[in-house]
Amino acid sequence: MSEAPFVEVRDLRRVFDVSKPWLNRVLENAPRQYLKAVDGVSFDIARGETFALVGESGSGKSTVARMVVGLLPPSDGTVAIAGVSMNDVDVAQERQRLRRRIQMIFQDPYASLNPRWRVGRIIAEPIRAFQIVEGEAAINNRVGELLTLVGLHPDDRSKFPHEFSGGQRQRIAIARALASNAEFIVCDEPTSALDVSVQAQILNLMRDLQERLGLTYLFISHNLAVVRHMATRIGVMYLGRLVEISDGKQLFSNPRHPYTRMLLDAVPDLAMTGKARDGVKGEIPNPISPPCGCTFHPRCPLVFDRCRIETPPVIDGVACHAVNEGRVAAA
Amino acid sequence: MSSTPLPTPRSQGRLARLWDSDLAFSFRSSPVTVAATLLALLLVLAAVAAPLIAPYDPFDPASLDLSDGFSRPMEPNEITGKVFWLGSDAQGRDIFSAILYGSRVSLLVGAASVLFSLVIGVGLGLVAGYVGGRTEALIMRVADVQLSFPAILVALLVFGVARGLIPPALQEQMTLLVLVVAIGLSNWAQYARTVRGSTLVEKNKVYVDAARLIGLKAWPVMLKHVLPNVAGPVLVIATINLALAVIEEATLSFLGVGMPPTQPSLGTLIRFGQQYLFSGEWWILLFPSLVLVLLALSINLFGDWLRDALNPKLR
Repeated sequence: MSEAPFVEVRDLRRVFDVSKPWLNRVLENAPRQYLKAVDGVSFDIARGETFALVGESGSGKSTVARMVVGLLPPSDGTVAIAGVSMNDVDVAQERQRLRRRIQMIFQDPYASLNPRWRVGRIIAEPIRAFQIVEGEAAINNRVGELLTLVGLHPDDRSKFPHEFSGGQRQRIAIARALASNAEFIVCDEPTSALDVSVQAQILNLMRDLQERLGLTYLFISHNLAVVRHMATRIGVMYLGRLVEISDGKQLFSNPRHPYTRMLLDAVPDLAMTGKARDGVKGEIPNPISPPCGCTFHPRCPLVFDRCRIETPPVIDGVACHAVNEGRVAAA
Repeated sequence: MSSTPLPTPRSQGRLARLWDSDLAFSFRSSPVTVAATLLALLLVLAAVAAPLIAPYDPFDPASLDLSDGFSRPMEPNEITGKVFWLGSDAQGRDIFSAILYGSRVSLLVGAASVLFSLVIGVGLGLVAGYVGGRTEALIMRVADVQLSFPAILVALLVFGVARGLIPPALQEQMTLLVLVVAIGLSNWAQYARTVRGSTLVEKNKVYVDAARLIGLKAWPVMLKHVLPNVAGPVLVIATINLALAVIEEATLSFLGVGMPPTQPSLGTLIRFGQQYLFSGEWWILLFPSLVLVLLALSINLFGDWLRDALNPKLR
């Protein structure tokens, strides 16, 4: 890459303290317990692209998203957006200016809009906070424009969120995200709470907006079909680690990590090519006491001794000993 | 998708919409509530408009005539021939006027102390729930300790301490303020607990994250986003506590630590009245007590209805 990446995530870690209360620890002599939700994740996102993070529940996708936007402080590692660190105290002022350019769309459109606020006030909040435009009339105008942009009517501003369906609420959430002229939008499973029929509308709206406004997305999802539709590049997460990063098309045509293959084999085949469908075997292990070595080894079909001892580094986009040693032929 | 707005069946005015709302319907269909509300309104209005309604000014020593003393209700006084609707007391004060002015003091103390405990309780509850950690532990343990004492004991304690701190010359003027603080401080814990509970739920909803995302600090998030969403239950408690605060004030005044005889509240009137109960002058005690009971009952009935009407599980 010639120019510096727009979003740069380096060796991001987050540990949660899940110990019992102090009194229990003393009485029962129980040790402190920590959960490594995210364990050394690095990736870059170029301007204008959609980087997707996929993985099972509990793989740490949402934790990464919350750290990237700065809602959650990382235990270790750095996030830099447009060259400004999100967790360095020295650049707090610059970061405050940067906030305008970063927004987030949440999973649950029923909880992401304040139920006591009218839609107009919800969308206007970022406009007022960042003083994008001045004066009531101008703000009103801007809210109307945004509502039209996401396919709603300007008059909808005077309604309350409960008067809208899930898909319409997600449109409102998108309008709010765009209100501050954001360039980078983190989407945390934006469609998983919606009906399948509505999902496609929202996804198409998001792609449409990306083309028109040149947005950059970090797209979190567990739905491979959605990711295939949206992503230019994809990172596969397993138990807080990235196991594979590759271009969107390549991941589906040529999956390399055994976990990625397992996920793709489980996708139902609509074309009825007669390909046998393998279900995903096993479950994600307890992240409080993850398996040693490669965390995927208890479920891996290619496991050998080295995997139980050594954690594989990401080499050439894949974190797998078997792939790096060339023991699996590329499919 | 839709570029047309959703259909809006809202051509009528604000009042018509209010009349049609679920809350108004539930209000209309409960005759007890309507009656209680009307009674409460009547008592409050009478108290507010006391100087206009009261036939005598019971606190103007110049207008008092000892020979008016102990007039029976609705009967002309044996010496002066004046008629007092609800009788008069030993000093010849009109009981009806005294009740009007007394309920004024009672309601003022009640409302102000509820407001006081509301501000303290809601504020501390919000902070405890939103900030969490040690701050929360500290605030909630203090609330627990507070709740383990009877409210009246706390009020007596605060009152006693304040008495010791305020110079005697100012005591009479400050009594009302001290009462408000004493009653308010003995009731804040309930609000704090309720608000903390709802705040814990609300702060994990992502609209709070969305607000933090645009760089809002903790206080604006708490006041603009969380507070409106936790206010419902607080309103109900405040209504019911208004009745309790009026009673608490009456209790304190009855015990002699409340309002002084120069500014009697309902409780003070009852304290005077009970001295004459066994000598046959029943009206001095009965009428102030009756007003206190009706006031507390009507506010309580309204509060009960409000609690049920705002509880979606009971619909």
